[in-house]
Amino acid sequence: MSTKKNALLWNIAYVIVIIGIGYFIYVSSSKVNYIWRWKNVPSFIVYKAHIDIDSPVKGIVQDYKDHKLYIKTLDGKIKIIKVEHPEVKKGDVVDTTDELGYNEKYKSGPLLMGLFMTLKISFFAIIVAVIIGLVTGLMRISSNPLLKNMAITYIELIRGTPLLVQIFIFYFFIGTVFHLDRLVAGVGALAVFEGAYIAEIIRAGIQSIDKGQREAAISLGMNYYQLMKHIIMPQAIKRTLPATAGQFISLIKDSSLVSVISITDLTKAGREIITSTFSPFEIWFTVAFMYLVLTYTLSLFTQYLERRMAKGE
Amino acid sequence: MSNIIEIKNIYKTFPNGVEALKDVTLDVLKGEVVVVIGASGSGKSTLLRTLNQLETVDKGKIIIDGIEVTNPKTKLTAIRSEIGMVFQHFNLFPHLTVLENVTLAQIIVKKRNKQEAEEIAMELLNKVGIADKSGVYPTQLSGGQQQRVAIARALAMKPKIMLFDEATSALDPEMVGEVLDVMKSLAKEGMTMVVVTHEMGFAKEVSERIVFMDHGQIVEIGTPETVFTNAKSERLRQFLSQIL
Repeated sequence: MSTKKNALLWNIAYVIVIIGIGYFIYVSSSKVNYIWRWKNVPSFIVYKAHIDIDSPVKGIVQDYKDHKLYIKTLDGKIKIIKVEHPEVKKGDVVDTTDELGYNEKYKSGPLLMGLFMTLKISFFAIIVAVIIGLVTGLMRISSNPLLKNMAITYIELIRGTPLLVQIFIFYFFIGTVFHLDRLVAGVGALAVFEGAYIAEIIRAGIQSIDKGQREAAISLGMNYYQLMKHIIMPQAIKRTLPATAGQFISLIKDSSLVSVISITDLTKAGREIITSTFSPFEIWFTVAFMYLVLTYTLSLFTQYLERRMAKGE
Repeated sequence: MSNIIEIKNIYKTFPNGVEALKDVTLDVLKGEVVVVIGASGSGKSTLLRTLNQLETVDKGKIIIDGIEVTNPKTKLTAIRSEIGMVFQHFNLFPHLTVLENVTLAQIIVKKRNKQEAEEIAMELLNKVGIADKSGVYPTQLSGGQQQRVAIARALAMKPKIMLFDEATSALDPEMVGEVLDVMKSLAKEGMTMVVVTHEMGFAKEVSERIVFMDHGQIVEIGTPETVFTNAKSERLRQFLSQIL
């Protein structure tokens, strides 16, 4: 009972500390000469766009009801057009391509577009990275020196150089040689980078499986492929799920670096907005928050998967 | 009766320099139950593991049911599926249910359809007295129950030979009996069995021949009566006096 009470006290303390830090940031930021323009920020995520509606026919405006214009054409027919904000009145004569008014439509702002780009890059990079990681991880534990040394060389090269440099090499060198689109180069660089880490995770996962599992499987007559597919990998993947998910989260964050080769991801979108608005504080906070939404969603999903897979062990 | 296992002058030295097998020769008849005894490190488990080539040999030949398994050209997967093996630590697949443990290799190795595999599995789980646990995962079972599932898993391949590698050594004493009972009933059915064990009662009661190994060599082979009452070698007498 007392430990419960203590836990509650400490949780209250936590909330107080967080509020304190927030207040400190607020006070210190209000001392610098900076005009906060938070109200502009939502429009960078979604905004209402005006879509002009031109008249498709020649005729006279007969009526306007339920957001619809009724236009009587020259041959006596009635044409019904949806216009939310009409700029013509009953009785007006309209010609083809005359503007009747406009509709409002929600459109993704640059930050949301950037978020989609980040998601797209990360999604494809994760798929390719997992394939590279699987193959390299298996090569890494192979008894064949060629395969093993290839895997070790790749892993050491990639882990020993900065991602930013790799992206430049991928884009300016490999991309030029093979005429790669910048998006392909960006996804490729990310996948090759994270693949090396995933390979090591997979290697560790496979090696952590008790050797008795292998012996039992092959003594039942399974071949290498069946052993890996049915016995080793399902257990290794389950065991490495937290580490792999952590790597996916790293990948999403690392994807911000592809903005250096002019891919308009979330980070680049943020930079572009700042050059026109001069509101770096709000935009960077928003960008950080949007990354956090992505990574935290992934983290929650992994926790759910872990709980589901926990059965049986 | 014909020999189903022929072991001819095999040698095995581990990378760390330990000579596990030195010139071992042994034949096993079809339907025979051979128990291998000896102190730990005597090479008895290694000998058993060479039979399905979990361990390779450096020199010598092993012929199982007419096929030379020590020949590098022999495709081992087919012959391995004919040799059931039961391990000290059960080695059940923890991510599969009891039923899936018994059906998986039937489906992917023997290419039986799922329904047939499940029928065979349930029949065998019934036989080892654990059919009511077919849907649970291995970790929810006791050691004795897990080992009985492992025996059913091996039997599901319809093997010609069963190998038992200290199958009861990791069990709590009260669970040893239930596993030995399954092994005894198998022996009665005429299964060819090679059993590495410390259970001298089982050896006495069930085996046709007892093989005593010491320092990688077979020191003495004989019927239970001769081995237990009339051991020729000093080393065997010493071993028995320590264990009995």
